[in-house]
Amino acid sequence: MTLDQRTDAIRHVRAGLAVLVYPLQYAVNIPAELVDWAGESFTSRERLQAENEKLRRENAALRSQLQKLTFIETENRQLRELLQSSKRVGEKVLIAELLAVDLDPYRKAVVLNKGSRDDALYPGQPIVDAYGVMGKLLHVNPWSSTAMLITDPNHALPVQVARNGLRAIAVGSGTEDHLELQHLPNNADVKVGDLLVTSGLGCVFPAGYPVGKIIAVETNPRLPFARIVVEPSARLTRSREVLLVWPGLSERPGNPCRAPQPEEKS
Amino acid sequence: MSLTRHQGGGVIAMTFVGAFALTILPLPGALEIYRPEWVTLTLIYWCMALPARVGVAIGWVTGLLLDVLRDTLIGQYALALALVAFLTLHLHQRLRVFPLWQQAVSVFVLVMLQGLIVIWIKGLIGQSPGLWAVIAPAVTSALVWPAVYLFLRHLRRRHQVA
Repeated sequence: MTLDQRTDAIRHVRAGLAVLVYPLQYAVNIPAELVDWAGESFTSRERLQAENEKLRRENAALRSQLQKLTFIETENRQLRELLQSSKRVGEKVLIAELLAVDLDPYRKAVVLNKGSRDDALYPGQPIVDAYGVMGKLLHVNPWSSTAMLITDPNHALPVQVARNGLRAIAVGSGTEDHLELQHLPNNADVKVGDLLVTSGLGCVFPAGYPVGKIIAVETNPRLPFARIVVEPSARLTRSREVLLVWPGLSERPGNPCRAPQPEEKS
Repeated sequence: MSLTRHQGGGVIAMTFVGAFALTILPLPGALEIYRPEWVTLTLIYWCMALPARVGVAIGWVTGLLLDVLRDTLIGQYALALALVAFLTLHLHQRLRVFPLWQQAVSVFVLVMLQGLIVIWIKGLIGQSPGLWAVIAPAVTSALVWPAVYLFLRHLRRRHQVA
């Protein structure tokens, strides 16, 4: 146990045993898949058409936004070159699916159907869904991997307030639907409704992904810090498909973020 | 080891596979901590019924698999289940003659013990679930014990596992 906690030595043992139990996880996942499949096969033609229409419209809207985005990105790169600051490289992503299995009830973790055989995944790699940051990989096995969600009490995430750039640490609460911002003084400039994005400090998550919205700020003059509750924007309990992100970290020598390193608060 | 040939090892293995599947079956979030410890229940039954075949070693191996399945620190469930198997072996003659409700009480104590070992290890590495996370599965495990016991006994007699 000490070996597992402190070192990397029995990673291969875990990976080997994980291959043994993977068929079981896969089998348990099948009913959930079947329900999904049945739901898709038995919807009416009109509903499918309506959905198709909606998606088409959404796609067109997103495409037009994307055009603008490419332009802005180029401009941003040029400006950054002018300022001679570090470049942000594009990021590579891979789509993975969650397996419908429960892990340890004491923690918030999920199983993904992609492993080291599929691509060069690494522990500590960020995962996001269509709405925001979900968490990061814990263990990578040949055909599957496990990830820790941002709501896990052992997960801490460097964030900043999108409105004014105030930096903070968002720590999981162990409940399904909120995080807490720690160590912000009572007079910190945060308001209910503020959007939080990843700050990119800590070198695990790429900067700029949405994390959540502040839903409550409680100040108590007797306590040194305010209690700030954040609702994650990622659909942690509902998303079935997630994206594994390879952060395009800066290639400049001397940059502390060059090699991806898992960072954990435990 | 007895002179009669062992048979029905496959049945024992299948019951463990079933227990593992029940362990990771998705449940709605709030019910998750009330999940009975299926693997522990199966292990207790086989230790009690066939102490010559199922013991500490099998407890340790199933615990190891449970560790990987739940993605916990390797060894924490292995240790806990090995201890549960040891105690059940120690007490199996007494447990066998207990009425079902009294067995259920013993199961409560054993599952509680397993939970305490797990919570203790978790405490050492800085994750501390509440005490309720230990009591809840012990209570539900004790409640489902009669059903598990009757089902496994039926299986054992039907397939003549010895």
